[in-house]
Parts: sequence; structure tokens; C-alpha cells
Amino acid sequence: MSRQLLTGNGAAAWGARLARVDYVPAFPITPQTEIIETLAAWLETDTMDGRLVTLESEHSMITAAGAAAATGVRVFTATSSQGLLYAMEMIYTVAGWRAPFVMINVSRGLAAPITLESDHNDIMAARDAGCLQIHCATCQEVLDSTLMAYRIAEDERIRLPVIVNMDGFYLSFTREPVELPTVEEANGFLPPFDAENVVFRASAPTSQAVAVLGGSPYSYFRYEHHLAVLKGNEVYDEVAAEFAERFGRRHEAVEAYRSEDAELLFVMTGSFATKAREAVDRLRDSGVGIGLLRPRLLRPFPETRLRELLAGKQAVAVIDQNLSMGKGGVMHAELASALYGQPDMPPILASFVGGLGGRNISAEEFFEIAKVLQTAVAEGKTPPPRLLYTRDELREMRKLQAVAQVEREELGGGR
Amino acid sequence: MYRIRFHGRGGQGMKTASRMLGSAFFAEGFEVQDAPRYGAERRGAPIFAYVRADRAPINERGIIRQPDLVIVADDSLVAVPAAGVLGGMTSDTVLLINSHESPDTWRHRLNAQSTILVLPEPFEPEDHAELPYAGAACAGAAAQLLGVIPWASMEQALRHELAELAPAVIETNVTRARTAFERMEPHRGCVREGRAVSAADYVPPNWVEVPFEAARISAPAIHAPATSVEVKTGLWRTLRPVIDYDRCSRCWWVCSSFCPDSAINVDAAGRPEIDYDHCKGCMICVAQCPPHAIETIPEHDAQAAEGGKE
Repeated sequence: MSRQLLTGNGAAAWGARLARVDYVPAFPITPQTEIIETLAAWLETDTMDGRLVTLESEHSMITAAGAAAATGVRVFTATSSQGLLYAMEMIYTVAGWRAPFVMINVSRGLAAPITLESDHNDIMAARDAGCLQIHCATCQEVLDSTLMAYRIAEDERIRLPVIVNMDGFYLSFTREPVELPTVEEANGFLPPFDAENVVFRASAPTSQAVAVLGGSPYSYFRYEHHLAVLKGNEVYDEVAAEFAERFGRRHEAVEAYRSEDAELLFVMTGSFATKAREAVDRLRDSGVGIGLLRPRLLRPFPETRLRELLAGKQAVAVIDQNLSMGKGGVMHAELASALYGQPDMPPILASFVGGLGGRNISAEEFFEIAKVLQTAVAEGKTPPPRLLYTRDELREMRKLQAVAQVEREELGGGR
Repeated sequence: MYRIRFHGRGGQGMKTASRMLGSAFFAEGFEVQDAPRYGAERRGAPIFAYVRADRAPINERGIIRQPDLVIVADDSLVAVPAAGVLGGMTSDTVLLINSHESPDTWRHRLNAQSTILVLPEPFEPEDHAELPYAGAACAGAAAQLLGVIPWASMEQALRHELAELAPAVIETNVTRARTAFERMEPHRGCVREGRAVSAADYVPPNWVEVPFEAARISAPAIHAPATSVEVKTGLWRTLRPVIDYDRCSRCWWVCSSFCPDSAINVDAAGRPEIDYDHCKGCMICVAQCPPHAIETIPEHDAQAAEGGKE
């Protein structure tokens, strides 16, 4: 094991290399491209074995990934944002094939208006596709999760694609110290892909992903798919335990930071959760009993674990870096459905939406969220959802609208 | 924790500078986070990069709002609001500018309480190809101002980050960094580690309820043509093309056709005129002009000459 500075993109590429992937179908998109560039350089110089093929779109890329995985080879691919959406038809499809492979998604906000910077609406759009999802907060987690993801994806109980998510810029282009396992250490944890019955030979043809009509067989296949994703909870815990044993790094399905004696909790995913961790330390310094819960596993949604961790707490602030138009923060709704009607759940479940399109969430905003929770506890009332957005930002927006001559529209002119 | 921000233009090596400094910190046993920040812009556009270094694991993330050290590779950026060079500076911040002007001039100009230093050997390049060396000089100077990175670690980090380059290029970078490191000797260790924001005493965010507005207001649309004219991309320029009208053959189309930004206008008589508000200084016109009538002048010299006329 050696410790070196790697970007999230570099860590992802190392994950694929240490997983000894056979096939990398690829298509470039900011901020993911460095991953496939790094792999391409290694493959071209025979630093690693395998084959990288650039496809003509993400739609084809996922088709190739699923098709290759269905023949029993180890597959790695990566995309982001608009690319993930363009691939969406095939993401649902290949998951239904029960084809195991690992995909990195480098989170980036969705158009329109178009942006390059990070939020989670892209990965949330793949929420119901039938892939498992692991959300990372550090570059180390990107590497570790990639290795873990192969173990989970290829497990005979699961056999599904696993998406490892990292934030664009805040992880993809950010270097941090990363412990790099040796080839032997990685091999010890991740044996070669035992394709079991996932093989394809011309001499023994099989038909995969058949058509079914009438609803009844369809329901069976879809529900089995759902049960397999749910099984991910158990398989994840086993794999995380073995990973911790071998590498000394424990990646729980839900990171619980100073939560045990906390009355208040932040709940959030992704790299900005490290900012929440920092805020927890500062708030503790000034006597506020707060902690952080960070689901790493988003599919399956670790409901049982979250209920255990939240039992007896007073108030929760879910900070969503996504927005479901017409509803609100996605994780807030998911958590509410997991807690409602269960005994001893926190009476206050507040929703905050922030960090859209890479917008910063400041330390002061975390402190203020804690204050909102304290007030809510005192008044016994959940506050309305809040977008993290300041008066200065709105003023800046008005300036942009002036440049865009919005007032001409308002006055009915300019036609 | 040390929080350092490097400001420069795309192509001046600020990302590399942040990595050199990050690797040097790492070699000295610090936990490190370094990252560049840029959008879809090209060479010449304002970009920045940042480094955090601490003895404990780093949980802070993203853009540094309150830097302990700000390094500006190109003093023309100070006046560009989009570059955000002065953002979050306090009396505890050290500002190091690569500039022909004196620290007193900058102190007066900015009305700033910060410690202001100037790289005493400005690396304004005679040769455009030398621009990237700015990064090495900035990193070298930063190491000295921080006072916790010995030269040996800095040199090792620099060689590590540039390992893929030609030996001569690496040596020039090492020399530039070393010179800057030595010139900053009198200010060794003047940068102090900043503290975390306190949860007991903070300025609350001035949150606002974003009002509902009808689509004619709130759709992301621009309601007039050519508003991009208001973005003075000419500020990205480090080199200026200047037409020598005695040599210009009035061919009326070559330079203006090749200009990727449509920043050369030709009048009815075939006389080309460069729109310096929007010329980014790519110098394609210089390369294409058949009678070689377009000269290249460093932007700084061109501006100084203009200033002299006033």
C-alpha cells in the first residue's frame, strides 16, 4: 500500500486498473473524461491489460457494457450528467438483463440551463433503473468503492450493475491523499470474475432478456430485480466488513459521525458531506449536540440502518443537492417514507436544498441550519423547505437579468 | 490550516503551481487538498487553483473563501471582476503579485490592509513560449512565504509534477522556482495559518425567499441579440496583434476571415481594424497575414505605451 495524491478521476481509473477490468466501453464528457484518458494511456502502453473502445454515444456505450458483461467479462465504464441521461434507456435495459458491471458517474447538474458543475440530479435520475448506487465523499472512497462495487455487482445474489458516484470538480478534479493498494492486496480482495452461468459461447447459444406479455411474468422478473437490489443491503455489509478487515478502512452503508449522543442530525450524501462533518465539529465546540448521517448506499436505500441511527433523535435536517420539481429534495422524501409510522422517530424532519450546480454551502449555512433545527424543536414544528440562497445571490441574478434584457420582456417590448 | 489561492490565466500554469505546492506540502507530512477551477474557457481566460494543507485530515472542501495567501501570476487580473482575485482578503491575508508596480502602488490602489508583496523579478516573458514558467515561480515563492517547506521538498515536488516534460524544460522551471524562492527569503514564513469559522460567533447567511416569477421573467433566456459583446474577452489577452498599415496589402479578407472571434472588421476600402475589446490574443491573424503586416507586442507593453500617451 502506498499513499499518494490522486484526483477522484485518478482514483476511479486506479480502481478499474486494480480490478483488472477486461473491457472499457467509453465516451467522453466533462468532468469524467480524465478517467477514460488515464485508462487509455495505461492500455496503450500495456501498463494494464484489456481493451478500451470509444463508442459513438453513451447509449451505445451502455449497450456495449451490458452486452460484454453478459458474456462474462469484467466491464468498467464511466459517464456524467447529460451522458447518463442519454444512456438512460439502456441503463434500465442492461440492469434488467442482470448484467454485472461497474460504472462511475461523475455528478454534474442537468440542462437547461446547461452547466458543468456538480449536483446530484443526474444520479437521482438513475434511481429507479435497478442499478445499485454507492455515493462517495472522498477520493479514497472512489477507489475503495470501485473495488467493493465489483464484489457486490458480481455476487451471485445480486448480478446487477453498480454505479459509483462522485461529485464533479469537488472530487473529480481535486487531489487528496489516497492509499493505493498493491496489485496483490487488490487481487486478494477481488478474485477474478466467476461468471458462473453468465457466459456466452457460439456453441451454446442462449437468449437473454426475452420479451414477455400479459403482465404476470413481467411482474415476476421486475419484482425479483427489486429483491436483488434489496439484497444489496446484506451483501454490501459483508463486502464492507471484509474490506475493512483487509485494508483497515471501514465504509459503512451509512456513515454515522458523532451521531450517537446527538439530538440533532444533518443527513446528506456526497463530497459536501465532509463540509457537514467539519460543521459538526465546530458546532460541538460551541455546545450544540449535532451529528451527521451520510448514506453511502442510496440504492438499496438503507432504511433499517437509518431507522436504527435516528431512533430517539429530536430533529433532522436533510440537505439535498438535487431538486425534484414539484416535490422538493429527493432524499428528504425518501427518508420521510422510511421513517413515517415507525416507533420513536424524530418528530422534526426539515428539508433544505442547496449546492445546486456546484453552488457552495458555507460553514455559516450549516450553523444556521442547526439553529433552524433548534428553533423547530423548541416550537415543536417542522419548518417549511428552504433553498439555500442569499439576498446577495438574488441581487447578482438581477444584474444578469438586466444584461439579458429581461425587463424588455416584462414591459412587453422587444417584439 | 493553510489556505492558498493561485490566480492566473489559462496557460500560465496555475493548476501545475497548485500541484507543485500540494506535493511539497504532502512530502512534508501535511494532509493536502489541491484543485483547479475553470469553466469552458480557453487559454487566457481567468482561472484559479487552490491548496489546503493541514496536520489533521481536511474536511473543508471547495473554493477557498478566506485565503491566507493569494498569489496572482498576472496583475492585469486584479481589475477583472470575474477573476475574483481580492475575494475574502483580510488584514491577515498575504497577497503576492507578479507585477512591474511596487507594493506601495498596489497598497494605495487597492486600499488594502493585507500584506502586499511583489515578485521582484517579474517574469513578463519576451517569448510567449515562456509563459508557463510563471507557475513554477509562483509555487517557489509560495513555499518560501509559507516557511514550512524547505527548498529540497519544493524541488522534489516540482520534478515529480513535471516528470513527463523534457529535461531542459524541467531545469528552467527549477531555476525559475529557485530564483523566486530565494527572492522571497526576507519574507520567509510571513503567511499564518487561518482558523476555522466559529459556530459560536458567525455572520448568519442572509437567506432570501426566492419569489415566484412568470416564465417570461424566469426562463433562462436572453432577450436581445449580441449581448456577449458586453463580455470584454479582450481582457484575456497577454499578447496584442498590431497592424502595420504601411505593410497591410488591404486584401480585405485574410486576417478577418481567420479570426475565430470575428474581432477584425474590414471597412469598404479594405482596411482592417482589430476590436481590442474582444481580441483574445490568439495570434492566428499574425500567422495568416500574407505580407506579414501584423506584429506581436506583449499586452503589458502595449498598455504601458497607451498609458504614457494620456
